[in-house]
Amino acid sequence: MSGPEAEFTDTRLLGSRAGTQSWIVTVINKVLPSVAAALSDVHDGATVMIGGFGGAGLPVALVDGLIGQGARDLTIVANNAGNGELGIAALLKAGRVRKVICSFPRQTDSYIFDALYRAGQIELELVPQGNLAERIRAAGAGIGGFFTRVGFGTDLARGKEVREINGEMYVFETPIYADFALIKAERGDRWGNLTYRKSARNFGPAMAMAGAVTVAEVRELVPLGGIDPEAVITPGIFVQRVVRVAQEAVVR
Amino acid sequence: MTRVAESTAWRKRTRDEIAARLAEDIFEGAYVNLGIGMPTLVANHVPTGREIVLQSENGLLGMGPPPAPGEEDLALVNAGKQPVTLLPGGAYFDSADSFAMMRAGHLDIAVLGAFQVSESGDLANWHTGRPGDIPAVGGAMDLAVGAKHTWVMMEHFTHDGACKLVSRCDYPLTGLRCVNRVYTDLAVLDVTVGGFVLRDAVGGLDAESLSQLSGVAIAPPHR
Repeated sequence: MSGPEAEFTDTRLLGSRAGTQSWIVTVINKVLPSVAAALSDVHDGATVMIGGFGGAGLPVALVDGLIGQGARDLTIVANNAGNGELGIAALLKAGRVRKVICSFPRQTDSYIFDALYRAGQIELELVPQGNLAERIRAAGAGIGGFFTRVGFGTDLARGKEVREINGEMYVFETPIYADFALIKAERGDRWGNLTYRKSARNFGPAMAMAGAVTVAEVRELVPLGGIDPEAVITPGIFVQRVVRVAQEAVVR
Repeated sequence: MTRVAESTAWRKRTRDEIAARLAEDIFEGAYVNLGIGMPTLVANHVPTGREIVLQSENGLLGMGPPPAPGEEDLALVNAGKQPVTLLPGGAYFDSADSFAMMRAGHLDIAVLGAFQVSESGDLANWHTGRPGDIPAVGGAMDLAVGAKHTWVMMEHFTHDGACKLVSRCDYPLTGLRCVNRVYTDLAVLDVTVGGFVLRDAVGGLDAESLSQLSGVAIAPPHR
């Protein structure tokens, strides 16, 4: 194994059973020791999904980590384009973002995005929120696109393929893929199973499916079985990396 | 542009009165999404004893009122990103599911604000189109075409006195032929294949006088 996959095997647990040298036990361990380790391979030009609806579900520690990591020329896929000076706004202010794909960039205090947009220094692809969620879901579900009535006849569907289905006009929308998906969850285990908290769930599950590499910051790490299987919201197959982030660091 | 005369025989409904009038029409058991802005007032006027379920686009069914001071939870917010509560029986779900229930008509009623509504039911509510204004659409386009009933709640006239009921929208469109009914401070109107049809108006106005004021054709109520 090489590359990031190598990190998934916790070498502390690689070893031999007492008295034998031949039986090597390996376990899946997607838990990484730090945000920096989880984001070390984000490359310039990457498409990065960032979960959250405003501040609810925003993976603040991962976004801060991305700023520190230094990748630039990024395409960000998120519902909002940041507000105030923190989170996505700070990433924009640091000049790391070439393009934003989102549904609602305008906030009362989205002045950093607003200024970049008016100065022509950032590209915006505005997408109706449900189309955004479904395009992300499509990427994560292996769907090559879908027809929707949403947006038909509006500026946001201009130039897109249309089709009449059951007497109504539909617009063809394509998947949005991502190299990395950064999401926030409440509880996770070393297999990457996740639960969320209240309305902070929002884009997390769909983005987890769509990211080639999905990194989840979790408030609490539990042993396998610590999450009721009936209650798992995102099964671990969709998650490649888990980092525990203390609550204090998230809410500030 | 139609100018509103300063002295009139009729009295405009207040925002709360528009909300109360609209709330009367929400039927028992309805699943309802209230858009941000004026539509959120509707929640305060649902008749006592009528059980409805409020949906919020960010993943809530059974949304309750704002929490008591000090009880706010950053993970429990409405579409306007303000703190709310969840009622017993409520549920959380992700954004893709939220818009699935909206888009496929599982939601009974969407109440939206508007810049303009045309006589064919076209809705303009997401962007002024003015250069320099930051465009933002959020869930507006999804809500407009998805719910079984799309109701608009708005002032009848802009601050400049232009009627917001128009023959054709000149603001960028949110959806085509999607509005079923409009609640304004002067009247309640159905949007039909034949254009606006008055349901009821404030005292002193009828279809003819309202039509004159509005500068669009408004048919009298069907009896």
